[in-house]
Amino acid sequence: MYWKFRKTVPYVVLTLLAIIFVLPLLWILLASFDGNASQAVKMPTQWTLDNYKVILSSQTNQRAFANGLLISFGQSVLVVLFAGLAAYPLSRYELRYKSLFLYTILFMTSLPITAVMVPVYKMFLTIGLYDKTLGLILFLTATSMPYGIWLMKNFMDNVPIELEEAAWVDGASTLASIQKIIAPLMFPGICVVFIFTFSGSWGNFFIPYILLQTLNKLPASVTLYQFFGQHGMIIYGQLAAYSAVYAIPSILLYILSQNYMSKGFNMAGAAKG
Amino acid sequence: MNKKSSRLFAEARKTVLILPSMVLLLIFFVTPILLTVYYSFTNLALSGENAKQLKFIGLSNYVSMFKDRTVRISIVNTLVFLLGSLIGQQVLGFLIALNMRNRNRIFRGIVGPVFLAGWIMPEVVVALCCSTFFGDEGTLNQIFSFFHLPTVEFLFAIPMATVILANIWHGTAFSMMNFQSALDGVPADIEEAAKVDGAGPFQTMLRIILPCIKNTIATNTMLNTLSTLGVFGLIYMMTGGGPGTKTLTLPIFMYRQAFISQQLGYGTAISMILLVIGIVLSVFYTRVMRKD
Repeated sequence: MYWKFRKTVPYVVLTLLAIIFVLPLLWILLASFDGNASQAVKMPTQWTLDNYKVILSSQTNQRAFANGLLISFGQSVLVVLFAGLAAYPLSRYELRYKSLFLYTILFMTSLPITAVMVPVYKMFLTIGLYDKTLGLILFLTATSMPYGIWLMKNFMDNVPIELEEAAWVDGASTLASIQKIIAPLMFPGICVVFIFTFSGSWGNFFIPYILLQTLNKLPASVTLYQFFGQHGMIIYGQLAAYSAVYAIPSILLYILSQNYMSKGFNMAGAAKG
Repeated sequence: MNKKSSRLFAEARKTVLILPSMVLLLIFFVTPILLTVYYSFTNLALSGENAKQLKFIGLSNYVSMFKDRTVRISIVNTLVFLLGSLIGQQVLGFLIALNMRNRNRIFRGIVGPVFLAGWIMPEVVVALCCSTFFGDEGTLNQIFSFFHLPTVEFLFAIPMATVILANIWHGTAFSMMNFQSALDGVPADIEEAAKVDGAGPFQTMLRIILPCIKNTIATNTMLNTLSTLGVFGLIYMMTGGGPGTKTLTLPIFMYRQAFISQQLGYGTAISMILLVIGIVLSVFYTRVMRKD
């Protein structure tokens, strides 16, 4: 009896917790298909796709999704490219200030970017990058460089140097050996960096909110906020549909990243030198 | 070419690939940090007289900050938000990880993703679904009235607790995953041996499991602290720092001073508090990682 009790309690507690955890998300899912959605979770009285139709046919929203994709994609490509190049010497050569550089990079990965946003805003006004998508992408790229370099270097360390030596003997240049030997071998690592950067960027609200102004340039994160921050009547069904569409890339990328990651996810493990 | 310059040339050739990253980091990462320090000693403003003339005003911002009651309130709020989130996320994350061990595969397969989902969601979605969940006519209040309990205006009556709960909902999975992989690393034979020697579950926990995962607890706490300190969007979207100053944390106060009162210099001085805490913790974190 006691044994049975001890065995079932964790199941019951975990199930209850899971129910509490799932309710806020269940609301999004159900309300998005509901013609008369309210604040609370309920089965739709009339199932409809209208909320999605309205959200997806709005030009402002289409533009916002396109902007978000452009920003996240641009940032991820730049991070992979620059971090990949920087990781090569750090992984392959003996450099004089290498460990100092690496520890500075590690140190930078954990700084709260929030703290520097006011000066960044002023700086962007001064150098004419304010309200420019390119400026935003460059800044976002810089904020992701530290962990990008750190991860890339660790992935590159796992590619055996012997393969490259063979390529050198055959007369390949450094860039050619990066392109032909290293990049294909550490493709899963590149994907991990790309996916991390992309989903971080896609979910980022604060930085574009500060650095962009023109409605036409805003990514989905900011327009979704404006949509639900608006005063007046809130149309819950549409809000939920917008959130659902906006969350899809994050969910897909997470599932995709699981294919490239070995068992479990451990930041500490990923950052080990 | 003599030996020295050829060695220099070789060194330069090796580092040329780092150059693009270095330039980017210098312009968009290091410069903002230096500017933060510099602006915090100036009267930088967006409009008015001060906007025309940038002046070095020494410690004035810091002196006003010291006298400003709202600064004190927001420091306390930041600490409450930090501690509440840290304790909530880690205790819950640890308990979930611990209890998920040795459970039936199908059960894990269903329940695990549920906890993960809150973590995968972007900040704006988290703020939205928590706002409605805790809303006046939201799901939680509907449950309350179903059990004939009085309803609560969560975002007005207990706003700080509400944003902490929202942050716990969002962040628990990160701790859970870290603890899961740490618990997988606890050698089963030691645990077995302790049981054979008659250790109860409580003693096994205290003497075996916790010592084995103490490094994870430390790094997890630091990473969570750093990310919680920077939380802006979640609170901003759910309460805007209000009602009044009840959920006004340092990032929100910084934002208000800089962009609503348009006092960039003063706003920057406030963010210096965040930056200094961030730097101290990051140095600490880097040292711990270095030892590993």
